[in-house]
Amino acid sequence: MTQSSIYRSSISIPSQTERLNDVREFVSGLARLHGFGEDDVNKITIAVDEACTNIIKHGYGYSPDHSIEVEIIRTGNDFEIVISDKGKQFDPKAIQTPDMKDYLQHYRRGGLGVYLMKRIMDKVEFDLHRDRNVLRMIKTLQ
Amino acid sequence: MSDFKVTIRSRDNNIHVLELKGYLDAHTTPVLEDSFQKMLIEKKFRLIVNCKELTYISSAGLGVFMAFIEDVRANSGDIKLSDMSPKVFNIFDLLGFPMLYDIVTFEEEAAQKFEMKQ
Repeated sequence: MTQSSIYRSSISIPSQTERLNDVREFVSGLARLHGFGEDDVNKITIAVDEACTNIIKHGYGYSPDHSIEVEIIRTGNDFEIVISDKGKQFDPKAIQTPDMKDYLQHYRRGGLGVYLMKRIMDKVEFDLHRDRNVLRMIKTLQ
Repeated sequence: MSDFKVTIRSRDNNIHVLELKGYLDAHTTPVLEDSFQKMLIEKKFRLIVNCKELTYISSAGLGVFMAFIEDVRANSGDIKLSDMSPKVFNIFDLLGFPMLYDIVTFEEEAAQKFEMKQ
């Protein structure tokens, strides 16, 4: 694939945790197709799962009748995942990086999704476009 | 839809094994929560979680272990994890969970550790 060629594919899922598997299959299949090894395929899949779980849980408060759009854009060696929703406005500044030592010592629970996404993807950006929360994550093919 | 199943079996010395199979995500975590809850109600605190057939875990799944470890240890028990695939271990490792949990290669090793503590 040359630097100028762009590949796009998308899926829309309802805001239901039982549909997380659909989005995982969509993303893992494409990541594999685009040449990522199994370790990276797993990481990309988890990052997308974490993002969609957060939207279902916090953005839509488990209300099942909304939608989540997931688009894959391959440009050059960049495999970009754009996830958008119309849920509660997400404020990335409100998310603190957890101190894992303290987290584990005090048996805390939850709140690791964004941290995990940042650990396993090369780039993670949150944005607001009109009434939509837009999350962009990039994994670069080595 | 994600498939996830927990099978519980008993070993000698009051050790109980939870065999996990399939995908542990935000949708399937209640299945594992119910299994741990059942163990606590039945006062079974020496637990091995065999992950041989666990193909996937997200942070929602990790959260279940965090929810029960304190109660289990307060009753002189433990949750030991075994037989993890590198893919699943990688996620535990990324978040530093090996610092808090006893993760061993094989179930037998976990059982021996419980037996040594008797």
